[in-house]
Amino acid sequence: MPTFVYMTRCDGCGHCVDICPSDIMHIDTTTRRAYNIEPDMCWECYSCVKACPQNAIDARGYADFAPLGHSVRVLREEDKGTISWRIKFRNGTEKNFLSPITTKPWGKHIPKLADEPAPSQEMRDSEYLYSEPKYIRMDEGGLHTLESNGLKMKEGVYY
Amino acid sequence: MAYKTIIEDDIDVLMVGAGLGGTGAAWEARYWGQDKKIIIAEKANIDRSGAVAQGLYAINCYMGTRWGENNPEDHVRYARNDLMGLVREDLLFDMARHVDSTVHQFEEWGLPLMKNPDTGQYLREGKWQIMIHGESYKPIVAEAAKKSADKVFNRICVTHLLMDDAKENRIAGAVGFNVRTGDYHVFKSKTVICGAGGASNIFKPRSVGEGAGRTWYAPWSSGSAYGLMIDAGAKMTQMENRIVLARFKDGYGPVGAYFLHLHTYTQNGMGEEYESKWYEHTKEIVGEYIDHQPTPTCLRNHAMINEVNAGRGPIHMVTMQAFQDPHLEEVGWENFLGMTIGQAVLWASTDVDPKKENPELTTSEPYVMGSHATCCGGWASGPEDVSPPEYFWGYNRMMTIEGLFGAGDAVGGTPHAFSSGSFTEGRLAAKAACKYIDDGKAEGIVVSEKQIEDRKQEIFKPLEHYKKYRNEIVAGTVSPHYINPKQGLDRLQKLMDEYCGGVTVGYMTNEKLLNIALKKLRIMEEDLDSLGAKDLHELLRAWELRHRHRTSECVTQHTLFRKETRWPGYYYRGDALKLDDEDWHVLTVSRRDPKTGEYTMEKAPCYHLVGEDEEKENAA
Ligand SMILES: Cc1cc2nc3c(=O)[nH]c(=O)nc-3n(C[C@H](O)[C@H](O)[C@H](O)COP(=O)(O)OP(=O)(O)OC[C@H]3O[C@@H](n4cnc5c(N)ncnc54)[C@H](O)[C@@H]3O)c2cc1C
Ligand code: SF4
Ligand code: SF4
Repeated sequence: MPTFVYMTRCDGCGHCVDICPSDIMHIDTTTRRAYNIEPDMCWECYSCVKACPQNAIDARGYADFAPLGHSVRVLREEDKGTISWRIKFRNGTEKNFLSPITTKPWGKHIPKLADEPAPSQEMRDSEYLYSEPKYIRMDEGGLHTLESNGLKMKEGVYY
Repeated sequence: MAYKTIIEDDIDVLMVGAGLGGTGAAWEARYWGQDKKIIIAEKANIDRSGAVAQGLYAINCYMGTRWGENNPEDHVRYARNDLMGLVREDLLFDMARHVDSTVHQFEEWGLPLMKNPDTGQYLREGKWQIMIHGESYKPIVAEAAKKSADKVFNRICVTHLLMDDAKENRIAGAVGFNVRTGDYHVFKSKTVICGAGGASNIFKPRSVGEGAGRTWYAPWSSGSAYGLMIDAGAKMTQMENRIVLARFKDGYGPVGAYFLHLHTYTQNGMGEEYESKWYEHTKEIVGEYIDHQPTPTCLRNHAMINEVNAGRGPIHMVTMQAFQDPHLEEVGWENFLGMTIGQAVLWASTDVDPKKENPELTTSEPYVMGSHATCCGGWASGPEDVSPPEYFWGYNRMMTIEGLFGAGDAVGGTPHAFSSGSFTEGRLAAKAACKYIDDGKAEGIVVSEKQIEDRKQEIFKPLEHYKKYRNEIVAGTVSPHYINPKQGLDRLQKLMDEYCGGVTVGYMTNEKLLNIALKKLRIMEEDLDSLGAKDLHELLRAWELRHRHRTSECVTQHTLFRKETRWPGYYYRGDALKLDDEDWHVLTVSRRDPKTGEYTMEKAPCYHLVGEDEEKENAA
């Protein structure tokens, strides 16, 4: 379902233009409102729909295989950490879904690696990445190597 | 030309494309390079870019060594089996031994991972997959990348890699243009990590007209990782290994959770099980590979394609039983809303309720990418402690161009990495890139004014070309002097479809057809110099087309080189309709000479970590 924009709701803020991965939400120069300039390059990813503060964007199933008379609406609330969906079938059936989008306050639990103690030379020379070995198994276990796992590289072994 | 030039100088690590691979690289680079200059150049907006823009409902690569579930070598066996024997086991093992540390971090960052209420462990969808509420997967990893990067340049379409003018075959950065302002951007960098993703829209899609955007891989996956690296002269591997997906019809909604978690299954139009019927037939092509467990993805496609061709379609997914359970019904729908919303829209519009009827499946057009059940990509060095000499040249995930690294779809030979594995590869590449710089490998890089100016001319040419000729015609899109990017894309898709094994020819090709494809691609390349772009948006499409065209050429060269049918169900060589382990249990490696445009093809040995006996022991 490529997207379209309701004329009376859009205020031309440009959030959808800023987010669309396909670069197809553009502001129309006459109406100063957004519209989808290339529906056949729309993935119906809903990034713009989720980003619109006015709920002005909706999607209508692709004309070549989706009959009219349906809707899939979404509300993404970052502060609540949830996303809710309402699916309306052509025949009127309705289904509602609610999912979490995060378990923690936004971005607060991602460490700023510039502030971490610098890695030692030993760490640099090892095969470890940041936070390893601890985070591999969340215990004292180390990294798997060919030796630790009893493996050898062999050329052209068939199986 | 009045295009402003903006130069970003003295970069240490440049991410070209920040999807799952690029964000992983940017984040990790800061740890190993605390005083280094880390820059992201991204075509879209990193908060919602790449294949994960709409989110994911599963992390498809997680070992669970912490709970004794799987070891890295188990994953190597699985991926190798699925790819009919041919993978880079060193790279796979390396990714698999680190991937859990990535996933554990995601949990700490706030990504909602579902838990098994009985055990407290992550909820398994299948042996390798865990289930997540991943609507915000991309914004979360983007947040991590932003915490590490000095600067993120959104809306920069990178068109070319820059090469060092002082030393042959060494990277020096990248160039591109800003899709909004039209400024020319030059990034001079000691290292580049290419994470520009795989390719959709190479082969003609099944959907027509307005629905053409409903591709399985995102329509903005423009094969740029391949186009950029091939143009710079990097070696590529397994590019013939395109993938065809068995998915819900028209919407291409994912089936993983349906098979693995909901335990739904397929049947033909008569309501019969059909896969076993094709056992003997498949055995004639691939021999004992058909006995491997689990049945390789391509061979399951093969059965489906044949069953439909035998007139017993459509193939249905039997959902009616599972969907009676309200919990499973919820999983079924949320699975779409979390990663392929279009499938939910399609079922809503056609009144398909999987509780009341079994929906149709189909096989998609082919895609070129390297992190799903397929492994197209660049020929990269492995890690020092694992790789044999043929696979190791100094720095993990470094391509055959010095200072050029890759992650995710960009790296060849590493299927089944998926989102978590791509992010992990980015981290590995970032560490290696910092080491490369610290080892003094990037000293004395020179980028000539000429190189910068030449690229600028090239980049904006479609705009200039259009300006020059548009007034020659009254109106419309038909000009004797230019084609627009959409017209070019249609031509590319048609020729790849018909000559290189697309959906309308039943995925069939042969040497004659492939040679015709190459000829048509060569002529098309001349026409690409006459692309006309009426605005910056079309200029973006013009460069996406160029990257797709180069990717297609490489795919065709590889398909021609491998004289066997290794992955029936992905494509068939009609003139070599058998898997041939004698001659072709090898990895294919290509290089396009940037000066002449000629390809050199070679076979590289396929090293295995696990022998036949161990395999049997493990199966027992
Ligand atoms: C429908 C679907 C379902 C999937 N399901 C799952 C799943 O359930 N679990 C799972 O783990 N994985 C899943 N995957 C796979 C996963 O999305 C990929 O493996 C992963 O995203 C690959 O990472 P990448 O960094 O290589 O590419 P991407 O994430 O696609 O990133 C590429 C980036 O490069 C940018 N770029 C492209 N060209 C240029 C250019 N010229 N200049 C600058 N930037 C550029 C893009 O904008 C993008 O940001 C799924 C994918 C799809 C499409
Ligand atoms: S985000 Fe919504 S209100 Fe803002 S321009 Fe787009 S459609 Fe209009
Ligand atoms: S649904 Fe996605 S691709 Fe379509 S216009 Fe919105 S953001 Fe762009």
